[in-house]
Amino acid sequence: MYKVKVYVTLRESVLDPQGGAVKRALHTMNYSEVEEVRIGKYMELTLTNTDDVEKRIDEMCSKLLANTVIEDYRYEIEEVVPS
Amino acid sequence: MKFAVIVFPGSNCDSDMFFAIQDALQEEVEYVRYDETSLEGFDGVLLPGGFSYGDYLRSGAIACFAPIMEAVKQFAIDGKPVLGVCNGFQMLLELGLLPGAMKRNDGLKFICRPVDLVVENNQTMFTSSYEKGEVISVPVAHGEGNYECDEATLATLEENNQVVFRYKEAINGSKANIAGITNEQGNVLGMMPHPERAVEKLLGSADGLRLFQSIVRNWRESHVTTS
Repeated sequence: MYKVKVYVTLRESVLDPQGGAVKRALHTMNYSEVEEVRIGKYMELTLTNTDDVEKRIDEMCSKLLANTVIEDYRYEIEEVVPS
Repeated sequence: MKFAVIVFPGSNCDSDMFFAIQDALQEEVEYVRYDETSLEGFDGVLLPGGFSYGDYLRSGAIACFAPIMEAVKQFAIDGKPVLGVCNGFQMLLELGLLPGAMKRNDGLKFICRPVDLVVENNQTMFTSSYEKGEVISVPVAHGEGNYECDEATLATLEENNQVVFRYKEAINGSKANIAGITNEQGNVLGMMPHPERAVEKLLGSADGLRLFQSIVRNWRESHVTTS
């Protein structure tokens, strides 16, 4: 089994309206040290044993999980041994 | 002319589209379910607004993988008219039939009201019944209508006159106030405002009707020959 953590975020060059709103809220709460907030998505995928896990995950990300026109993605693959 | 209105789980402007074509435009129209695979016999495809698949993941993302979409792509490649409104526009972007992507509105609010649009290009099969520079009133209803693309894409869109409608005033943060664009061939139009909700005076505006009339007129010119 594999456990995969996928992180999808807006590209650095793309303004993030949600992040901006949260940053303003944090500033109102006196957390003025916050310079930037970026909001993204976190997904957990559990996979059965399969060949080419990395290649397949990468395809899943570029085809569906992220919109690569405006989003970046990264992932962590962890092999899980059922106890 | 026979139109197909594609219905996805979560479509909620499919009936508006259907009745705009049937009652206001008085042309043939049929619903086609997302799980069908053929568009044979249809002359135009309409992707309606709504929340296909609940907008899970991203607006329009999951709809791209519905069985009917291969036929929609082929329809577009064949040069036949494809109109995507609101969620339908988001699908066309996700499908890669149009360039760019949608983000949440700048103000993060759902905007639902009539807006003024400037007709930037009236030389398309969707806009030939308008005047260039004409201001029309068409309602919007969206939370994710903030059009985003890189500078190179924007330059290409402007150069090729692919920007068909622009908001008269900035309402959602869209790059260059873009409200609707076509593909390079000009047979695929995506727009956030809802022309199907502006087809008779009773609805507040009939300005959207001429969009559908343009499609029919252009289709007739290329398909009907008098002997």
